Amino acid sequence: MDPHCLRKLNAERRARRAVVSLTDLGDGRDRIVREADAVVGPLGEAITAAFRSGRSGVVEVEGRSYFLNVHLPPPRIVVIGAVHISQALAAMAKVAGFDLSIVDPRTAFATEERFAGVDLVADWPEDVLKQRPLDAYTALVAVTHDPKIDDFPIRTALEAGCFYVGALGSRKTHARRVERLLGAGMDAAAIERIRAPIGLDIGAASPAEIAVAILAEVIEAFRRRELNRGAA
Amino acid sequence: MDDATDTLDPLAVAERWMDDGRTVAVATVVETWGSAPRPVGSHLVIDADGNFHGSVSGGCVEGAVITEAQDVIDSCEPRMLEFGVADETAWRVGLSCGGRIRVYLERLG
Repeated sequence: MDPHCLRKLNAERRARRAVVSLTDLGDGRDRIVREADAVVGPLGEAITAAFRSGRSGVVEVEGRSYFLNVHLPPPRIVVIGAVHISQALAAMAKVAGFDLSIVDPRTAFATEERFAGVDLVADWPEDVLKQRPLDAYTALVAVTHDPKIDDFPIRTALEAGCFYVGALGSRKTHARRVERLLGAGMDAAAIERIRAPIGLDIGAASPAEIAVAILAEVIEAFRRRELNRGAA
Repeated sequence: MDDATDTLDPLAVAERWMDDGRTVAVATVVETWGSAPRPVGSHLVIDADGNFHGSVSGGCVEGAVITEAQDVIDSCEPRMLEFGVADETAWRVGLSCGGRIRVYLERLG
């Protein structure tokens, strides 16, 4: 393995960009291919398919054998709202293998005491998301049900192609949200992607149960997304 | 990948070892059949002193890979290793789960 390839691979992974590490099993030469890099011919098609499916494997192309190792960024969850549900969700997400951050400008909610050991930012989403942009490997969970706080990150998440966008609130609350987003010029098809009321319908009642329903819905969105993309 | 993840990530470890001037081999699971303990793409990194990090199985064949790694480090020639119940070597080193794996082993640099 070429040391430059290893450095490039690790740098891309740290930057949360999808990459394929390509090794010619015949001569041992390798290269790093980013999602945006165009590779022509049948090998390019195999690389595109690997990005879509997220599955690593050996491919035979024009008499040569290549190993494609796909590195997709680990999925993460950005929660808007340092509420009771978020406390439970933070603990569960960690067990399920998601990185999780919580953003809430209300300093009474966003306290270290309530969220020990959690990546917590007591600032407006408008400012935080500029520094830490959302991406296709991020789930956005908006649970303040305050439009002043939730609406901006929801819009930003839909524009960034987040694999999951969920928003807390009753059907009535959500209907008003949809009206506001339409009024702000958002595309109706994009708005349809918002999962609301948030969480799988398991009859969740307590904050911890709602957190389970949300996490299950996030996992479903992530796993099914790969199947959908693979079929596309 | 944050700092905490970095300390457990074999490829990040390999880069750190390389920066420390250590000679490193990288083993990668490239194919699996049946029930294999680690998925395709998993890494085990080994240095010239036999220090290692990561895994290519559930601990069943790591010893054999680490031994082979010394040859690969010396010769600079990559090689493909195969482990499985049908194989005599595998009977010795034993993938107890009954799966079969191919591991590509190469020197870094």
